[in-house]
Amino acid sequence: MTPDRHVQNQTVVSLSAVLLILLFNTWIAERSSKSSRPQFTNCPTMIVMVGLPARGKTYISKKLTRYLNWIGVPTQVFNLGQYRREVVQTYKNYEFFRPDNEEAMKIRRACASNALKDIANYFTKEQGQVAVFDATNTTRERRGVIISFAKEKGYKVFFIESFCDDPEIIEANIMQVKLSSPDYENYDKEEALVDFLKRIDCYNMSYVPLDEEKDRHLSFIKIFNVGSRYLVNCVQDHIQSRIVYYLMNIHVTPRSIYLSRHGESELNLLGRIGGDTGLSSQGQKYAKALAEFIRGQSIKDLKVWTSHMKRTIQTAEALGVPYEQWKALNEIDAGVCEEMTYEEIQATHPEEFALRDQDKYRYRYPKGESYEDLVHRLEPVIMELERQENVLVICHQAVMRCLLAYFLDKSADDLPYLKCPLHTVLKLTPLAYGCKVESFYLNIQAVNTHRDRPTNVNVARKPEEALQTVPEHL
Amino acid sequence: MNVTEDSTEQCGNSLTRELTQNPLKKIWVPSSTNGLPERHISQRKVCMTNCPTLIVTVGLPARGKTYISKKLTRYLNWIDVPTKEFNVGQYRRECVKIYKSFEFFQPDNEEGLKIRKQCALAALNDVRQFLTDEGGQVAVFDATNTTRERRETIIRFAEQNGFKVFFVESVCEDPDVIAENIVQVKLGSPDYIHCNTEEAVADFMKRIKCYENSYQPLDEELDRDLSFIKIIDVGRRYLVNRVQDHIQSRIVYYLMNIHITPRSIYLCRHGESDLNIKGRIGGDSGLSARGKEFAKALRQFIQSQNIRDLKVWTSQMKRTIQTAEALGVPYEQWKALNEIDAGVCEELMYEEIQQRYPQEFALRDQDKYRYRYPKGESYEDLVQRLEPVIMELERQENVLVICHQAVMRCLLAYFLDKTAEELPYLKCTLHTVLKLTPMAYGCKVESVCLNVDAVNTHRDRPSNVNVLRTTEDALQTVPPHL
Repeated sequence: MTPDRHVQNQTVVSLSAVLLILLFNTWIAERSSKSSRPQFTNCPTMIVMVGLPARGKTYISKKLTRYLNWIGVPTQVFNLGQYRREVVQTYKNYEFFRPDNEEAMKIRRACASNALKDIANYFTKEQGQVAVFDATNTTRERRGVIISFAKEKGYKVFFIESFCDDPEIIEANIMQVKLSSPDYENYDKEEALVDFLKRIDCYNMSYVPLDEEKDRHLSFIKIFNVGSRYLVNCVQDHIQSRIVYYLMNIHVTPRSIYLSRHGESELNLLGRIGGDTGLSSQGQKYAKALAEFIRGQSIKDLKVWTSHMKRTIQTAEALGVPYEQWKALNEIDAGVCEEMTYEEIQATHPEEFALRDQDKYRYRYPKGESYEDLVHRLEPVIMELERQENVLVICHQAVMRCLLAYFLDKSADDLPYLKCPLHTVLKLTPLAYGCKVESFYLNIQAVNTHRDRPTNVNVARKPEEALQTVPEHL
Repeated sequence: MNVTEDSTEQCGNSLTRELTQNPLKKIWVPSSTNGLPERHISQRKVCMTNCPTLIVTVGLPARGKTYISKKLTRYLNWIDVPTKEFNVGQYRRECVKIYKSFEFFQPDNEEGLKIRKQCALAALNDVRQFLTDEGGQVAVFDATNTTRERRETIIRFAEQNGFKVFFVESVCEDPDVIAENIVQVKLGSPDYIHCNTEEAVADFMKRIKCYENSYQPLDEELDRDLSFIKIIDVGRRYLVNRVQDHIQSRIVYYLMNIHITPRSIYLCRHGESDLNIKGRIGGDSGLSARGKEFAKALRQFIQSQNIRDLKVWTSQMKRTIQTAEALGVPYEQWKALNEIDAGVCEELMYEEIQQRYPQEFALRDQDKYRYRYPKGESYEDLVQRLEPVIMELERQENVLVICHQAVMRCLLAYFLDKTAEELPYLKCTLHTVLKLTPMAYGCKVESVCLNVDAVNTHRDRPSNVNVLRTTEDALQTVPPHL
C-alpha cells in the first residue's frame, strides 16, 4: 500500500515527504512508475471459481479475499448469486435454474455480464489488483466467455475448481450456509434441502470439469474433496503461487484459536512501550488464571505459541505444558522510542508522534517497524495457524491486533485501533463464512494500554492535544 | 541445541520457574533447578515435524530426480532442517566397481537385480542410522523406485521405524528435456568415463528402456492413501496428494517454485559507505566517494552483461538504494534484505564493542551463526527472514541483488551449500560482484572485482575465543580502518 495518492491535504503531503525521507526515496521516484515494493503481479488477476453448488466456492472466495487483502493485495469478491438476487427479488424454487428455462437463462447471462463490467471497473477505477468471480462457471462455454473478456482487457485468469463427491460434506455445507440464505427465508429446513439438491441437479447435467488435457493451457488449481488432493496447472506468477500455497494449507476441520496477550508487565504498569520485562504481580496472577481457564476449556491437542520475549514466556510457563517460541510473534519494534512513555515520546519526538497518529498503519518508528511491517512478518504465523487445529497464541498488543484483523477481516485503518486489552482471552471459532468471537475477561485487574486516535493529529498541535487519549499509568 | 550456563537463581516453588536469558541466543529459558538438565529446550523451536520424514523419489532415469534431491536437500539444510540424500546409484557404483553396459539393468538379469536390491537395502540402513541415531530430520532416498513393489518395501521399512513417507515423482515425456539432462549430467558420470558421447547416449537410452516396461507411476486412485507430489513436465503441472504436515507443505511449496530455465543471479554489496570507512558496523549511512564510483562501475558492468529482463532488488537502507539509483533502471526494495540488526552494537567499531561488551564479543566468536546481538539479530534469524527472498529468487530469472555483508553471506551459503559454521565467514568483499549460474547439480560462481578501491570489512575468527582473553587477542583479526 503506497502512501495515499488522492489526498490533497497539506499535512498528509508532509506525511508523505517525511515517510519518503524515512525510506530514503526521492519524491520524484515515489511518484514515477519505479516500483518501490516487491511486485506481486504486474497486471490485474481474475480468479474464477468453478464447481457445482455447495462445493465451498463462496467459502474459498471469501477466505482467499480476506487473506489477500490482509497481505496488502486489494481484492474483492463478485458473487453472481447476489447479482441474481438483486434482479429477481423473490426466489421461488429450483425451477429458475433449469437449463430449459429460457427467461431465467437470459437473466443469469445478464447478471454475469454486469458482474464482469463491475470487475473491469474495480480494476481500472478502484485500483483493485485481484477480483474473485464467485459463480458455478461449470460449462466450458461460460469459462470461454470469461477468458475472452480477460484477454481483451489484459487481465490474467486463474481458475479454482472445487470438486467434491462426498455426500456428507455436501449436506453439511447445505446445512451450514444454504438454509440461512435469503433464498430460503420462507422455507422450512426439509423443503429447503430438497429444493437445493434439485438445484444442484440442474447444473450437474451440463457440468464440464476442468480437464488436464483439454485445458492444459489454462492456469488453475483443482481441489478434490476439501483438500485431500490438488491438481495444479501452469502457475504464471508470484501471486498465483502464493494463492496455491494458501489454498493448500487451509482446512475445514472444526477447531478454535485462542488469542491472548502476555500478563501485565512491569513496563505496562509504568506506561512504557516495548522493552523486554517480566510480569508484574497482577500479570503472574493472570498467568495462573489463564492456566485454569485453559484447563476448563478441555481443549483437544492444544498447541501453545509464545514470542521470544520474557513476558509471553513467563505467561506460558504457568500453563505447565510444552510451548513453541516464535520470534515472529515479538512485539512491534518501537526503535528509538523503545521503553518510553507516550509523554516522553511527545517531549522528544513530537513530529513523529503526530505522524503516527496520522497514519498509524503505515507509520514506521525510526529504526523500528510499522504495523505494515508486522503484517509482513506475521504472514508465516498465519499460514501455520491455518494448518493447525487448536492453538493458543500468547502475544502482544500490536501483534494481536494484526492477527485479529486477519481473522475478522478488518481494514488497515481499523487494525491499529482494535481493542486488545490485557488479561482477556479471545476465542475464535470459524463459522459459516466467518469467525465467531467469544471474549473472556479473566477478572484480574490490569492497566489499560489502549490509546485511541486523538482528535488533533496535526504536527503543530499542543502537547495536551497529543496526550489527550493516553491511558493512565504510574 | 545446547544451552546454558544460567544464573544461579534457585526458586523455591518448582511451579513458577525463574527465567534466564541464554547468553548466546538471548532466548528466555527456565533456569534448571537441582542441576537437572533442561530437557524442554529442543521443543522451544518452532516444530517442523514431530517425527523423521523419508522423501522417496520416483521416476525413470534422466527425469531430474537427483537434481531435485540435491536442491531440496540444500534448501532444507539452509532452513535448519538436518537433511541428507542417499543416492542408490552411488551405492551400486561402490558395489560394482566398473560399469559395463545397460545390460546390468535388464529386468531378466538375475545377478544385477540381486545387487541392486542389496544396494537399496544398504541405503535404507544408512537412512535409518541418519534419522534415528544421527539427529537427521529428513532423508531423501534418491532412486528410480518405479515399481509398486519396491515402494511397498520402503513404506514397510518406514512404518517399522516410525518415519513418515513422502513421494516425489517426476514424469516427463519431452525428448528435448530428457536429451538435455543426459548431456548435462549423465555423460560426466563415472559410469561413462570410458565412453565417447555417442556411445554413452545410446547406452543410456537403452538403460531407460529397461525400466520403462515395469514402470508403475503413482496413481490417483490406487495410491490415494499415500502422500506424494507428481511433477509433470518439469513443473507445468503438479498433482499433490495428502500433505500430512508442515514440512511436507513447505517441500511442496518449494518444489512448485523452482524451475530450470537458464538464468543468472548477481549478488553484490552496496558501494563502500561512510560508516564502512570508519570501521563502524550497521547504521544507515550513505555512500562514500569510492562507493559512488562503484555504483557507476556497476552500471557499466551490468550494461556490458546484456542481461535479458534483469530485475534489481535492494534493501530499504540508504546505501543499497543509492547504489541502485546509479543504474538508472527500476528496482524493488525489500525490507527483508536489510543488514543484520546489531542491536546495542549498532554503529560501534569492533574496538568499542570489545571495550563495552567483551563477553558478548567473545560469545560471538564462539558461535557466530547462532549468536544474537542484545536487542538485535543472529545469522540464524537472518536466514529465517531471508527465506521469502530465496523463494522469490527461485521463481525469478535474471536478478541483481544489491545487499549487505551478512545478508550476502546467507544468500551465498544457500546457493553454494555452505554449512552454518562456514556461513558467517564467507568472503563477501565490497565492490565485487558474484555471478551465480545454475549448472548441472550445482552453481557456477564467477567473481568480478570492479576495480574500485574499498576498505576490507571482513573479520576472521580470532584464535582465542575465550571470554577471558586479552583485548589484543580479541582484536587480532579486525581489519584496518580510519
